[in-house]
Amino acid sequence: MGFQRITLTVNDLVETVDVPTNMTLLQMLREKLSLTGTKNGCTAGECGACTVLMNGEPVNSCMVLAAECEGANITTVEGLAKGGQLSKVQQAIIKTGGVQCGFCTPGMLISATALLARNANPSESEIREALVGNLCRCTGYVRIVDAVKEAARM
Amino acid sequence: MANVKNKEKSPSIIGANLPRNDVYEKVTGTAVYTDDIQFGNKLLYARVKRSPYPHALVKKVDISKAKALPGVKAVITGADFPNKIGLYLKDKTILATDRVRFIGEGVAAVAAISNEIAMKALDLIDVEYEELEPVFDPVYGASKEAPLLHPNMAEYSYPNFIFPKPGTNIANHFKIRKGNLEEAWSKCKYIVERQFKIPHIQHVPIETHVAVAMMDEKGKITLWASSQSPFAQRALIAESLGISPTDLRVIAPFVGGGFGCKAGVTMEALPVALATKCKGWPVKFVLTREEEFYTNFVRQGLTSFLKVGCDEKGRIIALKNTMYWDGGGSTEYGVNVTRAGGYSSSGPYDIENVETDSICVYTNHPIGGAYRGFGMSELHTGLDQAIDELAAKAGIDKVEFLKMNVVKGGDKLDTGMIMHETGVKQTIENAAKAIDWNSPKTPSSPNKLRGRGIASMWKAPAMPPNAGSSAWVELAEDGHITVGLGGQEIGQGTFTVMAQMAAAALGVPYENVRIAGPVDTQYSPYEWQTVASRLTWSMGNAVRNAALDARKQILDVVAQAWHENAEDLDIVNGVVVSYKTENETSLKNIAIYGIPKENDQGWVGGPIIGRGNFMPTYVTGLDPETGQGTRSVVHYTTGTEALDIEIDKETGQITVLKAAASFDVGHAINPVLVQSQIEGGFIQGLSSAMFEEIKLKKGVTTNPSFVDYRIATAPDVNFKIETPYVEVPQDDGPWGARGVGEHPMVPTIAALGNAIYDAIGVRLPGPPYSAEKIYLAMLDAGLVK
Repeated sequence: MGFQRITLTVNDLVETVDVPTNMTLLQMLREKLSLTGTKNGCTAGECGACTVLMNGEPVNSCMVLAAECEGANITTVEGLAKGGQLSKVQQAIIKTGGVQCGFCTPGMLISATALLARNANPSESEIREALVGNLCRCTGYVRIVDAVKEAARM
Repeated sequence: MANVKNKEKSPSIIGANLPRNDVYEKVTGTAVYTDDIQFGNKLLYARVKRSPYPHALVKKVDISKAKALPGVKAVITGADFPNKIGLYLKDKTILATDRVRFIGEGVAAVAAISNEIAMKALDLIDVEYEELEPVFDPVYGASKEAPLLHPNMAEYSYPNFIFPKPGTNIANHFKIRKGNLEEAWSKCKYIVERQFKIPHIQHVPIETHVAVAMMDEKGKITLWASSQSPFAQRALIAESLGISPTDLRVIAPFVGGGFGCKAGVTMEALPVALATKCKGWPVKFVLTREEEFYTNFVRQGLTSFLKVGCDEKGRIIALKNTMYWDGGGSTEYGVNVTRAGGYSSSGPYDIENVETDSICVYTNHPIGGAYRGFGMSELHTGLDQAIDELAAKAGIDKVEFLKMNVVKGGDKLDTGMIMHETGVKQTIENAAKAIDWNSPKTPSSPNKLRGRGIASMWKAPAMPPNAGSSAWVELAEDGHITVGLGGQEIGQGTFTVMAQMAAAALGVPYENVRIAGPVDTQYSPYEWQTVASRLTWSMGNAVRNAALDARKQILDVVAQAWHENAEDLDIVNGVVVSYKTENETSLKNIAIYGIPKENDQGWVGGPIIGRGNFMPTYVTGLDPETGQGTRSVVHYTTGTEALDIEIDKETGQITVLKAAASFDVGHAINPVLVQSQIEGGFIQGLSSAMFEEIKLKKGVTTNPSFVDYRIATAPDVNFKIETPYVEVPQDDGPWGARGVGEHPMVPTIAALGNAIYDAIGVRLPGPPYSAEKIYLAMLDAGLVK
């Protein structure tokens, strides 16, 4: 197993990291950069808890090798608030009560952020489809979907 | 006097939709879960060697080659930890000793410097098995012909309310004998007999189980775990290791979903056992998603035989309910699920003659344990569908039929307990109204069939009779308060509700209350477990008592300093005020250092710390042969759900048009949190009704992934859920509150089954009600060609 040195941007900071070639982006974020806000729910790309933005697109970070991220621009849940100001989706999910255990929340927020970036005024079914890859066992999705609607209005 | 006047104006903290006090951390990614804690370079990784056989004798375990592998720090087998462990019936060991009883049971474990080395070491462990005849069906398992899974059952210890039958596979047999059933059948005009089969399902928290343990050089152990039960884990793991409970410190950070599977002890004992063999090294054990599906608690399967009858007016007068629970290889926790299924077996219905046998059977399936609802979903799935058919037979509208038959305050329940006041009737009316029960059922197209279903439920906190709670409330120098508690925040919002209660009882703003988390058995006050929907009620009482105790201490100090009577004083928005003299002082002026006496003549007061506890003392034993006694449970939360659905004739696909869930919560301390619990619980129930089943083939879990075990996703919830709750106060609940965490998923399968029956006229024997099953049923019934 070899190592590779990569340089990438994570939450607006340029990072240079030595990563084993078999290390995933999720592992790198959590273990090398101490960004533990991104969660691991299945290690198989099925639950969406590890969703981050890679060059603006939502990806399951457990399915991306860190070594593939040379030059990439990554945004994790820790990068959503700017200068202590929560993003619209973060504010909205607090307002609607869409957080319970909080384990799916980081991935949900990222998927919702990606949706609103490409479609500022999504319909309810577009919201539901955008969140299909993010499993939640607590909320029944009701107030999470409400939060995305609310964020679109803000 | 500003504060005295403000008291009239300030909105009540109880009943207010205050924001969760953990939400900022959770939306910014800074909330700490167990796997987020950094342990540095000495961290070891644990993996488990698991049985490939459902039932076998373990003849030999050779760990010599694994031990010799570089990077391996510890290898253990069942022989190293022979003491029994278990919450109710102590029938389990940390690793299998002489026998394995389900596929996936641990026989050995490794701690190594990397996950890869740990996996490699597992391959080097040689286990010799002798296969035995397995048991996969609980009805067969309970028979005399079945091979025994626990031949030494007579040696196991258990509390006096569990009734195992040594020499059989029956780990508990709970009976109800009320009235005269034989005579009652002759008075019945209508009778329904049905058999139901409810499959095993999995809790599926998005965070899999994770625990990290470390033993220091003096032999003291710390366990960090994603846990609903830090105190129970301390007690049970310490007992099985033969150490003192306070030598095991359990720290429980935020939990990424529990639903019962992180209660009691499942995998948490394993890293502790490994840590005892490599002092000074932290050992982390994280379940893979695949392991999560079948190596820990599952919701056990149920085969139930129901016979229920009513008189010509539609009064239900007779019920025979025989339940065979598929308990799995160990039933240490599951025996109490089956007990709960037994004492609540009449449902929330006033039935004069009841005969129940709730039988917990060992099988060679994964271990059954607590799952949100604790037996009640399984019980109600059959009961409320049989009652639905009885109403149809009697020609009475289902809503009227339920209202006629539900319990009311003063009724003598199936156990002989006298029912307290309950709003169950109101919940039926609410649910029916919310889905326009009586409006025309016109399908949206000729290809659709439309139906409506309704089902009621009840559930009591299922726990030992004297499960206790405790709390403390401390006043800090800024006049804010810190609440110490031992119940766990698993997403339900209990830290928020406890902060509201402490704020209201003491008299400070909600924002000035901090919860002393994470729960840590070294500092936090005792709490039995975060289960049974009991925290709002039980821990709420403890927190309220602690806040009132602190309040009394504060008022006594101020009264002494001001030469007034404490009865004339109040604490409003963090300020002590006198209604008599109009004196006032902020709490920060008296915290820690007390109040100076006049003329520099010393001080009164000192640091303020209030303490409170709560334990129900009134639950009595029940007769082992009849299940009769004075008080079987602390109380019942009741409720009703209703669904309006369409079924596609070409595909069998269900579309939910509208749903309603109404529960009697006693008093909603935070209405948004109550409604969120109800919405989320309803969808978890609907997911179990439509999609979920652990597909067991000869003991093998064939679908241990999210691809093959589907749960509800966001697009599945494209309809409105109404949650009009009812508030009939609980006599010993804080501000009248009682729990509602589990209840919303209890009646959902039955409500959906009843809606399907209404739409297609076919009663399906068990969930999940997949499109395929419905289509085939319609084909059989000649509804489609």
